[in-house]
Amino acid sequence: MIITKQKSFENILNYIADESSIFIFGCGDCATLCRTGGEEEIKEMSEKIKKIGKKVTGIAIANAPCHELDTARIFRKYKEQISQSDGILVLACGAGVQAAREATEKKVHPGCDSLFIGNSKRHMNFYEKCSACGDCVLNEFGGICPVTRCPKSLLNGPCCGSLDGKCEINQTVECVWIKIFERLKLEGRLSTLDTIHSPKNHSDTIHPGKIE
Amino acid sequence: MHLSELFDKNKFVVTVELPPPKGTEVQKTLDIAKSLKGIVDGINVTDNQRAIMRMSSLAFSHLIKDTGNEPIMQICCRDRNRIALKSDILGAGALGIKNLCLMTGDHTLVGDHPEAKPVFDIDSIQLIQLARKLESGRNISSNLSFSIGGVANPFSEPFDLQKIKLKKKVQAGATFFQTQPFFDHESILEFVDDVKEINARFLIGFTPLKSVKMIHFMNKYILTKPIPKPVSIRIEKSNNQALEGIKIVVELIKKIRDLTDKINGIHIMPLGLENHLPDILMKL
Repeated sequence: MIITKQKSFENILNYIADESSIFIFGCGDCATLCRTGGEEEIKEMSEKIKKIGKKVTGIAIANAPCHELDTARIFRKYKEQISQSDGILVLACGAGVQAAREATEKKVHPGCDSLFIGNSKRHMNFYEKCSACGDCVLNEFGGICPVTRCPKSLLNGPCCGSLDGKCEINQTVECVWIKIFERLKLEGRLSTLDTIHSPKNHSDTIHPGKIE
Repeated sequence: MHLSELFDKNKFVVTVELPPPKGTEVQKTLDIAKSLKGIVDGINVTDNQRAIMRMSSLAFSHLIKDTGNEPIMQICCRDRNRIALKSDILGAGALGIKNLCLMTGDHTLVGDHPEAKPVFDIDSIQLIQLARKLESGRNISSNLSFSIGGVANPFSEPFDLQKIKLKKKVQAGATFFQTQPFFDHESILEFVDDVKEINARFLIGFTPLKSVKMIHFMNKYILTKPIPKPVSIRIEKSNNQALEGIKIVVELIKKIRDLTDKINGIHIMPLGLENHLPDILMKL
């Protein structure tokens, strides 16, 4: 899922400073799990906006706003409330904000910052394990991604700066290269690490990605 | 001269590290370089070490060469993509720089521009390969020929993993290694025994400890294994801590310089005691 954090209310207020009526749109999927754009957060945001004297013309939530046809359908359903608003505050990732933009001519404002593609282990704990690099190397590294989980994306071994098994730039994170080493040892295929990996081909992942 | 020529003659090679200035005032460091002429075999010119912005290693290597010394140009992968790295290697070749020390480099987060984008388009092993490919001159006209080295951290755990990487560096084309600093004799012996199967020359690293404050800094930010207690106690008890640090380095080097079957030379990283380099080297 896409991990988000809500922007500060002060920041959001700056976006909507010149608007007196707002429509709020949220996400029933990732932003709900992140507690940044689910039903509860939309209601909370609605109360805060009303408290400062602005009108909230309506609220809506899509199962997944990044599904653009779904978002367009919801926007048609809430046509009346949206037309009464000066702008739309979207509590979702950047993909959701842009899906909303596709569905309306009103101004859209991001209410969240998108952080990373995340796995979750327990409530509100998220971990980046895949960065969609376009050329999956997990088979070679015991199912642990050095492209994403090593801050230097090293493909040929550790930087050797780890201290007590922790990453040199983040003492709360284990050095992923030690994890790879231990895993491949367990699997009895440590010799896989002898291969020199060529530089990654970045031409395959030039933004914006597109499949039609 | 190529470092490899010296290794081939079984010379005990002595290299030191001089960082380029943070600014354009080069004379002070160049004067130190001049005083080292004839005493050292090569001077490592660091590449924005610890991710702290300084003059480029290419420009300063050229200035070091003008002092009559052999620069060992350090290049790291943090700040440039493969195009820029290759471009600098061609430039180094054209300026007569013969020795390269290639490494991944510290992360931007530890330096003075933590907000900068870390590049790491390629890693140290891929960089060594690229430099060797440039030498072979495929698709470009070049008459490059470098002595290419890398860095080794003797205290990296697990060491078997470090060994895999060192072997890959050799396979990629590295012929020598300069190590992170040692502070005791036993660790050096242990290390040279550990790497005896690696087909490369090893220059054992040393750093004079100038104060207790420096020990704390090194332990916290630089080293992956703390400085041995007896060494830090010796510095702590000394009336002249910088002098004591130098004494320790000189003692250690004297103890190992006869081990020429196992050790190919030394590499001194003075970290602030650059002025004392001639003094240290004359005492050997």
